[in-house]
Amino acid sequence: MLNFLTYLINGLSLGSIYAIIALGYTMVYGIAKMLNFAHGDVIMIGSYLIYTGMITWGMHPVPAILLAVVGCTILGITTEKIAYKPLRGAGSSLAVLITAIGVSYFLQNLSLLIFTANPKSFTSVVGWEGVSLFGGELKIQGVTIVTIIVSLLVLAVLQFFINRTKQGQAMIAVSEDKGAASLMGINVNRTISLTFAIGSGLAAIAGALLCSAYPNLTPYTGAMPGIKAFVAAVLGGIGSIPGAMIGGLLLGVIESLSKRYISTQLSDAIVFSILIIVLLIRPTGLLGKKIQEKV
Amino acid sequence: MAMLEIEELNVNYGMIRAIRGISFHVEKGEVVALIGANGAGKTTTLHTITGLIPAAGGRILFEGSDITKTPAHRIVSMGMAHVPEGRRVFANLTVLQNLKMGAFTRKDKAEIAGNLEMVFSRFPRLKERQNQLSGTLSGGEQQMLAMGRALMSSPRILLMDEPSMGLSPIFVNEIFDIIAKVKADGTTVLLVEQNAKKALSISDRAYVLETGMIALEGRSSELLENDRIRKAYLGE
Ligand SMILES: Nc1ncnc2c1ncn2[C@@H]1O[C@H](COP(=O)(O)OP(=O)(O)O)[C@@H](O)[C@H]1O
Ligand SMILES: [Mg+2]
Repeated sequence: MLNFLTYLINGLSLGSIYAIIALGYTMVYGIAKMLNFAHGDVIMIGSYLIYTGMITWGMHPVPAILLAVVGCTILGITTEKIAYKPLRGAGSSLAVLITAIGVSYFLQNLSLLIFTANPKSFTSVVGWEGVSLFGGELKIQGVTIVTIIVSLLVLAVLQFFINRTKQGQAMIAVSEDKGAASLMGINVNRTISLTFAIGSGLAAIAGALLCSAYPNLTPYTGAMPGIKAFVAAVLGGIGSIPGAMIGGLLLGVIESLSKRYISTQLSDAIVFSILIIVLLIRPTGLLGKKIQEKV
Repeated sequence: MAMLEIEELNVNYGMIRAIRGISFHVEKGEVVALIGANGAGKTTTLHTITGLIPAAGGRILFEGSDITKTPAHRIVSMGMAHVPEGRRVFANLTVLQNLKMGAFTRKDKAEIAGNLEMVFSRFPRLKERQNQLSGTLSGGEQQMLAMGRALMSSPRILLMDEPSMGLSPIFVNEIFDIIAKVKADGTTVLLVEQNAKKALSISDRAYVLETGMIALEGRSSELLENDRIRKAYLGE
């Protein structure tokens, strides 16, 4: 039982990381109608920034994370401006998709060049040991608890921003109808930029948490979590913020429990099979919705 | 000086020229109708005026200033609102949130509240349904919302694209009543309509658009008597 609990909590923690990444995927998809396959690599860049800040420059974890958030935000806005925006309205979503894959390889190769392929050993940004329950039978690491709390906090702030602020409402409007949104006086390009900024900033936070739990940092660190988070976003219903959260948590728990009870090697296959089954039953994902237009 | 002046406007879709050198004007306080068959270029004209699509040539002057190249998101704060064809309300936002979107560029909270009162008194149905998601409204209610949303910016000129399209006769009458009230309040209106009879009876002047060119223009009361109009657009 305690063993199950341990794996469940670890799954929730891993799922929280997927969820934070998935939020970026889903927001960018919702507004720019593109799958930003370079999103996972932004996590990796963020992690290297934190690593450089903490190890090379000896910074405290908090300013190092802030540095990474700022760096990733700038990176997100810049890639959108240079690589994606010129293709917007070109009529081919395939062109943007291929560009995103190109950006992904570019970021990986850039890191190879700067940081080499040698894995860097990441120092956890969470100094706290964690808690020990049931006379030491159940140990929960500090980083595990912090990860879960941070992701809930991120979700709450995001929900507040989207539903209660003007800029957030503008995002919903732009994601639904860019033309109608601009007739309201909303600057569509700036709103898309802002979305990339938020998504990339979240990626930096995800990077800090991911590398604290799995401290092996290479230029490919972001790739697999990126794809898993994409799966989580689709599972929850791409474009839906609560969907990304639920999809991420679900994915983390399934992965963790299948590693424990079924097979370590097969856990990824199980995760992807579940995605396929859910999409067969509900093509829009768990919380994805299609509002019918009434005439 | 006309409130809205269109000079020799050309608009292309790729290689195809949809609008071919049209000129027309709307004076302050007027209701001007733009009528024409499906595909004549009415929507294209409105979209070009509010900057949703670029002009290939010609000029658009609003209250004397050249807005030909002004991006769409700058238009509403200049005093021009556009109720687009097909209503295009934000389905995932509530009625109230949609109306607030209409006042997006405005800062003065008291003025926004005043406008909301005005819209609610004009469209009591919207007040009843203010917390409902707009995607769940009927077509007629969505049209009212689209009009209410545009009025939230207190425009000096209102552009409306086929507000009666696909609506039941009761709603059509209601929509035209509102247009009459908007005019009575002193707002200038450029009205695009397929319902030529209604449009000509409510407007002061009208232009008839045929394949991207203005085929006929004049006082609406006279156009209602015009043989060609009666045959082609009034089904008589
Ligand atoms: N996005 C578009 N791409 C290409 N052609 C278009 C587009 N929109 C409209 N058209 C063409 O431009 C012409 C005018 O269309 P439109 O302005 O929608 O007419 P109306 O509003 O009078 O029905 C039509 O021939 C139409 O097929
Ligand atoms: Mg039209």
